[in-house]
Amino acid sequence: MYETDVVVIGGGPAGLMASNAAAEAGASVLLIERFAHLGGQLIKQTHKFFGSEKQYASVRGIDIPSRIAEERALVEDRVTIWTRSTVLGLFEDGVITVDRDGKYCKIRPSRIIVATGASEKFLTFPNNDLPGIYGAGAVQTMMNVYGVCPGRRVLMVGAGNIGLIVSYQLLQAGVEVVAVVEGLPNIGGYAVHASKIRRAGVPILTSHTLLRADGVDGVESAVIAQIDNRWQPIPGSSKSVSCDVICISVGLSPLTELLWQAGCDMRYVPQLGGYVPLRNERLETTVPEIYIAGDVAGIEEASAAMVEGRLAGLEAAASLGLGFTTLDDERADLCQQLDELRAGPSGEKIRSGLVKAGIA
Amino acid sequence: MDDQRIESHPILQFEKSAVLSFTFDGQPMQGREGDTVASALFANGVQVFGRHFKTKRARGFYCAIGNCSSCLMVVNGKSNVRTCTTYLEEGMVVETQEDRGNLLRKRQVGQALDVSKGASDDV
Repeated sequence: MYETDVVVIGGGPAGLMASNAAAEAGASVLLIERFAHLGGQLIKQTHKFFGSEKQYASVRGIDIPSRIAEERALVEDRVTIWTRSTVLGLFEDGVITVDRDGKYCKIRPSRIIVATGASEKFLTFPNNDLPGIYGAGAVQTMMNVYGVCPGRRVLMVGAGNIGLIVSYQLLQAGVEVVAVVEGLPNIGGYAVHASKIRRAGVPILTSHTLLRADGVDGVESAVIAQIDNRWQPIPGSSKSVSCDVICISVGLSPLTELLWQAGCDMRYVPQLGGYVPLRNERLETTVPEIYIAGDVAGIEEASAAMVEGRLAGLEAAASLGLGFTTLDDERADLCQQLDELRAGPSGEKIRSGLVKAGIA
Repeated sequence: MDDQRIESHPILQFEKSAVLSFTFDGQPMQGREGDTVASALFANGVQVFGRHFKTKRARGFYCAIGNCSSCLMVVNGKSNVRTCTTYLEEGMVVETQEDRGNLLRKRQVGQALDVSKGASDDV
């Protein structure tokens, strides 16, 4: 049985920051990551981040994990990292079971921070199982991590930030983007991203939907149509578009399986991407000693995930009586950073979701 | 091997790593060190990774990060391998999966079932 103060599940932006924070506060930390690399989905984010300097603004996502690793070097005697390790279960007696590169292990931590991230949502339409229909994040992984083009002509479905950013990155990789289709009457992502791909000649078709895909053993074309304000296709507006890839970018769902298993109270909050755990302001769930950070707590940008990670790490350590004299100041600063990231019209959805997921 | 590889990119540099040989349904192919099985197949222009066990409709990957199970294949005789998160190794035998997977298949290709994994306890 491996014993440690804090286990952090997931080595993405939230988990990395949580590990550092808990270790800085004096806790022994075990960071568990199922892949061979740390960084989660940052490793494919070639764009520069927004936010403030504290969230690595203007640094490309791909460069952030090494920046966090530099900070970890200061506390590395307290941080143990297991990669290629998948958490299998959280049990009532506080034991965590792990498949560590094929070996079954048990861990007893004093605190658990779940930072498992999210998975891509899917869409229902005829022939949606054809090869060539990929998540936008999947295409981003193929291009930016492995250097492989997903195809020649891509139709992007969804004009949120991921759809817009991946469209631009497809262009950077030399792939044609036929169009971006968006069901809403307006573009969901930031205008700066939309402008970039529009300037490159890619049309963004709002109030349009994907009706079906066609092809044998792979996508050969897609049928799109304009929709009215009741989301019904407008007769006569449908047209066939030649493409070999359809990218689905219609949002993410929190990866909450472990939290369900642990018995955390969950609530369906569409603004946060689906079922999310109820949590207090310290990011603790209804199961004492289990904390959350990042997309598993509700879908947001990686910047917010990093701030939440740091907060959860400090809170988990503080609950063990660990910390530093300036803890209260730092806690207030982190909460203010989150407020700033969630400010304005673009944060309205998150703010309304968090009201439903919060508990005293 | 490099049909689908990105040649030039404004931000990223893809170094040509060591070549690894593998087979896909008996056909010799080459990938590169650092590839997953899925990215190596993709670079070779293969996008059908499996077939639905009943309808036989083609299956490819979807999420590429180990969440969705759409990319399951038979690798070195083992069924239900997530090819999007399994790194390519020299001499790998990769096959299209057309059933729900069979634990006994590994024996059929002459390899003993490895039951020791999972049996060990404390670290």
